Amino acid sequence: MRRALLATLFFLVLVAAWHFIVKAGVWSSVLLPSPQSVGEYLLGAFRDGTLLQATSVTVRRLLVGYLIGIAIGLPLGLLTSASRFVEDTIGVMALGLQTLPSVCWIPLALLWFGQTESAMLFVVIMGTVWSVVIATDTGVRNIPPIFARAARTMGSRGLHKWTKVILPASLPFLVSGMKQGWAFAWRSLMAAEIYVTILTGFGLGHLLHYGRELHAMDQVIGVMLVIITIGLLTDKILFSPVERFLHNRWGTGLR
Amino acid sequence: MSLEEELEGLPPANLAVEDVSKWFRTSRQTVHALDHISLNISEGEFVCLVGPSGCGKSTLLDIIAGLATPDEGRVMADNAPVLNPGRHRLVMFQESALFPWLNVIGNIMFGLKLKPGLRNKERLEVAKFFLQLVGLEKFAAAHVHELSGGMKQRVALARALAPNPRVLLMDEPFAALDALTREQLYSDIQRIWEKRRKTIVFVTHNVREAVCLADRVILFSRNPGRIREQFDIPIPRPRDINSIELAQHAAQITRALKGHSEEEASHE
Repeated sequence: MRRALLATLFFLVLVAAWHFIVKAGVWSSVLLPSPQSVGEYLLGAFRDGTLLQATSVTVRRLLVGYLIGIAIGLPLGLLTSASRFVEDTIGVMALGLQTLPSVCWIPLALLWFGQTESAMLFVVIMGTVWSVVIATDTGVRNIPPIFARAARTMGSRGLHKWTKVILPASLPFLVSGMKQGWAFAWRSLMAAEIYVTILTGFGLGHLLHYGRELHAMDQVIGVMLVIITIGLLTDKILFSPVERFLHNRWGTGLR
Repeated sequence: MSLEEELEGLPPANLAVEDVSKWFRTSRQTVHALDHISLNISEGEFVCLVGPSGCGKSTLLDIIAGLATPDEGRVMADNAPVLNPGRHRLVMFQESALFPWLNVIGNIMFGLKLKPGLRNKERLEVAKFFLQLVGLEKFAAAHVHELSGGMKQRVALARALAPNPRVLLMDEPFAALDALTREQLYSDIQRIWEKRRKTIVFVTHNVREAVCLADRVILFSRNPGRIREQFDIPIPRPRDINSIELAQHAAQITRALKGHSEEEASHE
């Protein structure tokens, strides 16, 4: 309770500071809108449905791309950890492509797929896959060998070894890898939405982009706040419970 | 197999180490870990392998377990060559090697679940039986990290006993524990071994520990790893690690151990 109160207070102070900076009139209100006008924009966009519409379009793209990215990345990561050949080929490729900022995929995606949903999806998947591959690979390689030895003596091999020992043993790494994959997917999608104009769905990135075109700073900041909130919520709803479970089981974490 | 038979246990196996040699080669050096080791261990015998670090005693245990292969020679378990790890020869390690993603009972169930011919309900009963045998029935749902070092090794013992192996291989299982906990575990092991007779090969560098537990203590020397001497321990059980008789046996073995070390040093 006390923690929640302190946190609320912190954010209230932040908004108040913003308010007084605007009041002081240092910057033009075109460049720095007041919290009030941002709030009004958000309320209006929420009421006329643009915000919900854009959020649902963006979140759907994100989820689909992310899940495909994991579905490809996880098995690939297991393969790179298991086979030297795959490690030297796919593994090296993953390492290289992971360093490529996902915005760099956009020109290629546009030429290959045109201004379509496929282009969006492609960019998100490319942003996700490689970091998931590398995190999975790292996870498997960091399993204490004693677990594998113990499992072997008890007769665990093949599929049983992979599903009952290697996967759960590398779970802490897999989860942080998935979290990282999520962050990359989110960034890639926003970049794609800002750069790629398509007619099939108007996402948050597009709202942000048009806010800039129209010099509607209240819209720009409002949409940014929405994007931040979605990121925060996913972390709290999707990843925090899993991480708590792992800390609880493994006895890790200081608190 | 019925639950009664399952709890009754299979008869222990005999082991024959036949002329086993093993080298470890790295780019910098070659270590002759085991040099023509031959050793017979009879059904239900408790044997301790003792020696300085690097004498190859743990390597031999790995070979008996099937976790490592010898460069020469072979190991026979009940007259069949050991080629792979198998659930008839389970291993207890110095670290408990319990799986943190499973709770205590889940860990004990791990090996049992890999055993065919049992229903899950029976497996759970077997697991509970062994948890009780090591005195931790209250901790079935506990997480691994909540246990003390001694409790972890007890669970590891229950996990190794539960699938009903015919041989138990123990690689310095108590080395990381404090003296009081160790003493408690010595009496536990003796009590459990009386109830479920297994062939046990126990690796340690603690001479007293070896004398307290073993029917026979086998002394190794290193560079290359060889069997130097064997000692039968005729002290009746249950044995108390602090008894004078035990101390005398231990002193005799320690002298032999030191003698070999000095001999080794003068060779170098």
